[in-house]
Amino acid sequence: MLQSFYKLQQVVKMGEIWSFVEVGPEGIEAVSLEIIGKAAELGDQSNMRTAAVLTGWGMEKIVKEVSRYPVDRVYYVEHGELAFYDPAKHANALHQLVEKEKPEIVLFGATYNGVDIAARLAIRAEAGLIAHVTYLGIDPSDGRLVGHVPGFGGGIVAVCKCRPGVLQIATVRPGVFERPIPTGHEAEIHRFSPKLHPTNGWRIVERRVAKVVDITRAEKVVVAGMGTGGELSLAKTLAQKLGAQLAVTRPLADLGLAPRDVQVGSTGVSLRSNIALILGVSGASHFVSGIRDVKTVISINIDRNAPIFQFSDYCVEADLFKLVPKIIEEFEKEGA
Amino acid sequence: MEIVVCVKVVPKVEQVRLDPITKTVDRTSAENELNDADKNAVEAALQLKDRYGSRVTVLSMGPLFFEPLLKLCVAMGADDAILLSDKAFAGADTYATSYVLAQAIKRLRPDIILCGESTSDSGTAQVPPQIAEWLGYPNISYVSHISIEDRVVVAKRTVKGGYEVVKVPLPVVMSVELGSNTPRFPDFKRKRWAEREFKITIWTANDLELDLNLTGKTGSKTEVIELHPIAPPQRLRKFLEGSEEEKARAIIKIIRESKG
Ligand SMILES: Cc1cc2nc3c(=O)[nH]c(=O)nc-3n(C[C@H](O)[C@H](O)[C@H](O)COP(=O)(O)OP(=O)(O)OC[C@H]3O[C@@H](n4cnc5c(N)ncnc54)[C@H](O)[C@@H]3O)c2cc1C
Ligand SMILES: Nc1ncnc2c1ncn2[C@@H]1O[C@H](COP(=O)(O)O)[C@@H](O)[C@H]1O
Repeated sequence: MLQSFYKLQQVVKMGEIWSFVEVGPEGIEAVSLEIIGKAAELGDQSNMRTAAVLTGWGMEKIVKEVSRYPVDRVYYVEHGELAFYDPAKHANALHQLVEKEKPEIVLFGATYNGVDIAARLAIRAEAGLIAHVTYLGIDPSDGRLVGHVPGFGGGIVAVCKCRPGVLQIATVRPGVFERPIPTGHEAEIHRFSPKLHPTNGWRIVERRVAKVVDITRAEKVVVAGMGTGGELSLAKTLAQKLGAQLAVTRPLADLGLAPRDVQVGSTGVSLRSNIALILGVSGASHFVSGIRDVKTVISINIDRNAPIFQFSDYCVEADLFKLVPKIIEEFEKEGA
Repeated sequence: MEIVVCVKVVPKVEQVRLDPITKTVDRTSAENELNDADKNAVEAALQLKDRYGSRVTVLSMGPLFFEPLLKLCVAMGADDAILLSDKAFAGADTYATSYVLAQAIKRLRPDIILCGESTSDSGTAQVPPQIAEWLGYPNISYVSHISIEDRVVVAKRTVKGGYEVVKVPLPVVMSVELGSNTPRFPDFKRKRWAEREFKITIWTANDLELDLNLTGKTGSKTEVIELHPIAPPQRLRKFLEGSEEEKARAIIKIIRESKG
């Protein structure tokens, strides 16, 4: 009798795994789908229910769209005060739902806004927070979430868990997990109205955003470094010819020559392309952690001793200003 | 106007080694430096000081060996430096770190708290919004430009695909984007003075109002089970030789043959 009681408890585990869904100008953020996919996998393994959570105002269409992904339910935390981003308000509203539903795990995309909300929620909920993970699993021995956190520029990974008995939160590095496909049915939607007071706190007075190319999924990438002298037209032409996406190193993004979103490395994105053709990049540890998952790396550098060659399959000692036009020329000659 | 800048000292990432036997980070083999984004935070504070005549205090939680690098901030132009150092603070995760920093900030009552966007050793970017939550203040992250009008901060922050400009009344916690400014070099005379005469204020647990259940390893909500070195992927490291044409053709061939 007692035994079967425990068995029953194991099957009907109380807590849920939540995925916090963010919506950008182009709709549901890719990383939000990636964590939904991961949560579905973890839920299957550990017999936990999953839910997607949105905070905002007037988002019925998006909420419905989210419900078609592999989740058991969708919570929609709705309030006029949440129409715009204000990390304190969104964390407060989300915390009220956490208090009510008591999830086991809440996952966030490690985005500009996701990090803020996760961090503030962790304090409010006295929760553990594993940041910027590149791997997530459930330890079968104790049911706890396990996250891998790359540190020290990406050369070392820390295996982290939350203390027993606390809400477990993790932020997930974008581009690491696969996006799920819609299920063909709709999960139940639960509305929740948080209590929020109007404040004259945060106000966005101007906003300029351009469409972002997601280079984490590109098949071919041309990466331009400071060896280009900041002159990106050659690299751009080459990328166009090859049907590749253009990416840059940090200094070029710092100079404002390309958006942060196409910067490769520990403080940028990781590539998982088939080919990365790397032009005039020295190969600093902060950079090379971003090309770890590239299948074939070809590097062109004028310096035969450049560290980047240690991290390349094909090393080409050459002046990129001479060689790149040749590649374009030869490519056109071959007529493709 | 009072500004507190939170800074951390980190080992140079290129020099960090993992001890293969103990599986712990061997910090003795690495030189220490001020976390890069924190240099940008100090510079942002000093620019506000130049413009508005603010007082800048550097605040850090960590062991006593942080002292020389805090003096560097003073040499750059900070007015004061406080180090929160106590055995009770050791082994803290972001929850316990942000708690102690927030309690120290409560004692200092600044108008603006600046942090770096993240640290290069763990790089979580969680501490600034967490400090803000403890204090009940608003926070603005990834800030690249700050101005102040009538006790309202106008800050430009980086977001996906661009930027937004946010207005928030003081007090506020902001994290400064890495590389958003060029940190100044210390003036030679001020550097000598900072190194020889300036005294850093050390606060221990007794100097703050603290619940010791929330500090250090005890207060942490996460734990590191183990550390692994990430083996770099095996690469061919094959040099392509020959004329420019030959190299160009070889590269095209590799790209063409690498389908899928
Ligand atoms: C906290 C922190 C985080 C960071 N995060 C990142 C990150 O995410 N991503 C990142 O990229 N960097 C990052 N950096 C910066 C990183 O440390 C390096 O400074 C940066 O990667 C160097 O960029 P680079 O290789 O383009 O430039 P450089 O180091 O200046 O290298 C230029 C290379 O071009 C070669 N070259 C010059 N002329 C030619 C020519 N005509 N033809 C061919 N080759 C030529 C040179 O030999 C040299 O190897 C970070 C730094 C810090 C402190
Ligand atoms: N021990 C510390 N002492 C002072 N400031 C810190 C400490 N840890 C983190 N910070 C601040 O918080 C920022 C972000 O750190 P992190 O959340 O660890 O990435 C840093 O750039 C610092 O400004």
